[in-house]
Amino acid sequence: MIEPIIEIVDNLDPGKVYQELSHPKSGGVCVFVGAVRDSTQGEEVVSLEFESYQRMALKEMRKIALEAAEKWTLNAVVVRHAVGAKEIEEPVVVVGASAAHRDACFQACRYLIDTLKERVPIWKKEYFKNKTVWVSAHP
Amino acid sequence: MEVLLFGIAKDIVGKTLYELDDVTDNPKSVLELKQYMVAQFPEFGKLSSLAIAVNSEYAADDVSLKQGDEIAIIPPVSGG
Repeated sequence: MIEPIIEIVDNLDPGKVYQELSHPKSGGVCVFVGAVRDSTQGEEVVSLEFESYQRMALKEMRKIALEAAEKWTLNAVVVRHAVGAKEIEEPVVVVGASAAHRDACFQACRYLIDTLKERVPIWKKEYFKNKTVWVSAHP
Repeated sequence: MEVLLFGIAKDIVGKTLYELDDVTDNPKSVLELKQYMVAQFPEFGKLSSLAIAVNSEYAADDVSLKQGDEIAIIPPVSGG
């Protein structure tokens, strides 16, 4: 079983992820980077803030990484999320998978980010000019 | 019993840690804790979802709560 790289950090550097995923048995490396967008449903976003229940978030991120590693036979996997105040264009999440062939790493990468969004206890607050909103809190 | 609060749960209650009276409140299960929190703070009833974590794992409604458990309210998550 591989040991995934799981981290919650204040500042995220997407530049180092290739080195972490590079592997002699991997012909494909796939990375998704989530960043701060300047608007939500047409409304201008000034900045974002992320908060986590760190102990549980790290546990859930590790479970997701191990699920993906087993399902798609990955050689390396990274799940890293930033917390704190973030400005427009800043990277906030990086997930990546490394596998023998591209299909496996594309599918694994999609699973990593989609599942992270569903169940990892991290919360995003959007700051607009006149209000703040905890994303997805209300129907 | 202490309950950890994050995100909008922290805003609803107005603090990061909520203390329940062990004698008068003392919910015995995850479901009872949810019902208690909604009764105390009706805003919890308006959220898209309300989950409870016991010892940093999602816990089903029938899970019982014990002294020393680390209990947290998990409002709808929005990472990524």
